[in-house]
Amino acid sequence: MAKIIIDEMRCKGCGLCTIACPGKLLSLTEKINLQGYTPATITCQDKCTGCALCAEMCPDVAITVFK
Amino acid sequence: MEDVLTKRLFVKGNEAVAMAAIEAGCRYYFGYPITPQSDIPEYLSRELPHLNGEFIQAESEVASINMLLGASATGVRAMTSSSSPGISLKQEGISYMAGSELPGVIVNVSRSGPGLGGIDASQSDYFQAVKGGGHGGYHIVVLAPASVQEMYDLTMLAFDLADIYRMPVMVLADSVVGQMKEPLVPNSRPATDLPAKEWAVRGKGDGEQRVVKSLFLGDGELEAHNWKLHDKYQDLKARECRWEAFQTDDADLLVAAFGSTARIAKTAIMMAREEGLKVGLLRPITLFPFPEQTFLDVTARTKKVLVIELNTGQMVEDVRLAVARDAEVGFYGRPPGAGSLPTPEELLEQIKKNY
Amino acid sequence: MQQVFKRPVSLKDVQTHFCPGCHHGTIHRLVTEAMDEFDVQKRTIGVASVGCSVFLYGYFDIDVVEAPHGRAPAVATGVKRARPDSFVFTYQGDGDLAAIGTAEIIHAANRGEDITVIFVNNTTYGMTGGQMAPTTLVGQKTSTSPYGRNQQKDGAPIRMAELLAQLEGVAFSARVAVNSPKNIIDAKRQIKKAFRYQVEGKGFSFIEALSACPTNWGMNALAANERVGSEMADYFRLGVFKNTDNM
Repeated sequence: MAKIIIDEMRCKGCGLCTIACPGKLLSLTEKINLQGYTPATITCQDKCTGCALCAEMCPDVAITVFK
Repeated sequence: MEDVLTKRLFVKGNEAVAMAAIEAGCRYYFGYPITPQSDIPEYLSRELPHLNGEFIQAESEVASINMLLGASATGVRAMTSSSSPGISLKQEGISYMAGSELPGVIVNVSRSGPGLGGIDASQSDYFQAVKGGGHGGYHIVVLAPASVQEMYDLTMLAFDLADIYRMPVMVLADSVVGQMKEPLVPNSRPATDLPAKEWAVRGKGDGEQRVVKSLFLGDGELEAHNWKLHDKYQDLKARECRWEAFQTDDADLLVAAFGSTARIAKTAIMMAREEGLKVGLLRPITLFPFPEQTFLDVTARTKKVLVIELNTGQMVEDVRLAVARDAEVGFYGRPPGAGSLPTPEELLEQIKKNY
Repeated sequence: MQQVFKRPVSLKDVQTHFCPGCHHGTIHRLVTEAMDEFDVQKRTIGVASVGCSVFLYGYFDIDVVEAPHGRAPAVATGVKRARPDSFVFTYQGDGDLAAIGTAEIIHAANRGEDITVIFVNNTTYGMTGGQMAPTTLVGQKTSTSPYGRNQQKDGAPIRMAELLAQLEGVAFSARVAVNSPKNIIDAKRQIKKAFRYQVEGKGFSFIEALSACPTNWGMNALAANERVGSEMADYFRLGVFKNTDNM
């Protein structure tokens, strides 16, 4: 049981987390945040193992991981 | 009295600067060799290690002024010294220190230029020193010693003014006062109430973050910062002008000169007095702040002032600004060159011409 | 559930000005994480340089002195000599460290100043708009090398980590990248090693971090990230070039 929270306001939509996730669980949304970027989202929270590689990769420290 | 007599020394001006720095509590020196000031780093490289201090012969003048910036930012008293071409290299750091409101003492035992010039005594760095020197529109305090004793006393004062006003202070000397030997009474530093350096970086500890910087990008921040610096310069003009007035009370002609040139001018004035010419000397000790009001006051009587400098005319511009149209301003200058120091007889002739 | 990944205490909880995909943010996090780990935040004095790195004080919750362009190692020297008990590091870009500040970095390293230098190499001048840097790769087009860097006229890119490793005063020199989780974890390990050298008073430590600059490279974040691991790492080899503890 693991969970990640993406701070949608902080996310700049660079997409680096999407290539870091071993399960390819992350993608960019189409909605635009206050900064004007399309933030990342997790498609299938249930499959998240809490490995935190997405958070390691995020240049904006916008991902918090719980396990 | 006895104590004072036992402490009377006979030293070089440059050594007096180094001794004063130590007496003022300066334990950090950063410099680079250049004639005619190398006695200062030589002295301090010998003494500072015994005082738990640090002496660094840096890779360049640029590095040494930035080491000074770093040390000063932590709140300690620190200094650098050099001579004209080296002072040019330090201008970047001086501008940053002025912008960051950092204290620090810079000694320029100046030589002649432009370019590599020569090592003769010269006063051709006046503009560079008093008009800011680097980019961005700022001032530093500039003190002009005319004797070995003043090399000592003004170096000590430089550290105090730097701390009080949080800005770089320059001692602008030349090879005459730097290299000559004279009697010196090494006064101990009077206890002064100096402001605590709350702004200094020491590691934030449990408090708030402290930042020493000159970058101000917020809306209106830089403008406010510049006005703050401007106000500081106005305070200096009001409170810190220093000068020597010699026989000005009854003078019909005022001679103005600073540093070593003022010594020769003084001799010429005494010769003139013997011939019945009422001549006085006004010697600015602070070149910035320039004693404008004093010039205005003294020339109210004389109506005439003869400015003498070892250059083709620099301080004369500040004298003209100070007296406006109220007095006639004459100039006699000698640009630097081999054996170019004017003789008292030469200056007497100029006094007679302008009398 | 327990929180297994969180923001370092020494890193302020604020939005950065960095472009999407810029690696400065990652490097900031790794450095502040090491700071937390060694518990040095309260006695740290950071020296900011000129370039995109100048806003260090906006992101690091530590005391900071801002240095003129390239002079950070000289400023850090003054800071460390005056306050030997403080933890002192500089954070500099490639224009700052490898062009205008070469004299300062080489001599601070050669004196073996007890400081840590974090050098961010993204092969371009980011803040001024993507001009040619001393680390720009041969053939790389920038706003001042529109035909590509010409080795005959502009020289080859400088490998600072290897160059500094040659100096006696350098205790530790490594090049890392932050383009993949594996490289990030290794970068973290090397940054901690560099910090340990200073914490133990063992002399000058140097980290060169390869970094992406998507905006000035004219690439999207993913392509720029990819370039770090391929083109850049081919020329700027990752590794430890000096580690005096192992010698």
